Amino acid sequence: MTTAGLDAGRRRAVLRQAWSVGIATGAYGISFGALGVAAGLNLWLVQALSALMFTGGSQFAFVGIIATGVGAAPSAIATAALLGIRNGLYGIQTSQFLGVRGARRVAAAHLTIDESTAVGIAQPEDEAQRLGFWRTGIAVFVFWNAMTFVGALLGNTVGDPKRYGLDAAAAAAFCALLWPRLRSLDALATSALAICLALAFAPFVPAGIPVLVAALAAVVVALRHGGRHEAPLRAEAPGSDPTP
Amino acid sequence: MTATVAVLLACGACFVLKFVGYLTPARWVSGPRTSRITTLLPVALLSALIAVQAFTTGERLVLDARAVAVAVALILLRLRANFIVVVVGAAAVAAVLRALGG
Repeated sequence: MTTAGLDAGRRRAVLRQAWSVGIATGAYGISFGALGVAAGLNLWLVQALSALMFTGGSQFAFVGIIATGVGAAPSAIATAALLGIRNGLYGIQTSQFLGVRGARRVAAAHLTIDESTAVGIAQPEDEAQRLGFWRTGIAVFVFWNAMTFVGALLGNTVGDPKRYGLDAAAAAAFCALLWPRLRSLDALATSALAICLALAFAPFVPAGIPVLVAALAAVVVALRHGGRHEAPLRAEAPGSDPTP
Repeated sequence: MTATVAVLLACGACFVLKFVGYLTPARWVSGPRTSRITTLLPVALLSALIAVQAFTTGERLVLDARAVAVAVALILLRLRANFIVVVVGAAAVAAVLRALGG
């Protein structure tokens, strides 16, 4: 990667943005680490999720569902994958300005998350887009993984997770991930329908399945208007999600 | 399936989805319906996860300290609190209620 086309001031500004996003987002890794071990995974599996999955929403969903037992593993995998679809959509955009091949393409794909995409596409110059994407992705990866380790160690020392409300913390984490996405009436309708579907199915099907059934809420609401585009209540950009 | 296999499969699936984006021409996913579904999908999944996490134990529907914790989390989000404050605040509320026997 060459940054010869950027002057020193712009380069510093992009790097400052990358590091601040990396530190701020990485800090949430501590809650993921603690919730991961509270869900019954060992420290190394929790760390593996941050290093290899490296997409926060999917990670929180995976541990939330696997907490009910290994029997829910297929649902946990499916839910993590469904939440990871958006990264593929980001990749379609970032691949346009990154121009990567081979091993660099693999690395770029792995670092394609809300934050790296947001910082990358926000830059006006091509050079700055590449610099912003890579440095943000690397910064978030480093801090997210380091703080996951700290959180997993802390989680291991607290004993019974329910005594410290860690089961409620998982629900709160999902609320924080959902909040910035409730920008349109369609989003609110989808949310309400998904909650009803999940609770209606929960007593009758194995753990994890209600969440997958609730995914239909998105399809129902999206197709209800026959492709009409609803204006968002506020401007929308990737990176509003508080975790990678 | 062991937890290790599940973790590796899930990580593999998430990576493949990221990588596929680098191989996909942009025009394939530009339809309004497709973009509406992909925008709303995380909303549906996260909402369902909240419902299951807060209001079920095993296959039973329950109303306990977690429901209060979620209400507190939503209030904190409304007040634009930081992610960590929301998560720790909700956990603290649930822990205190349980300590009081709630």
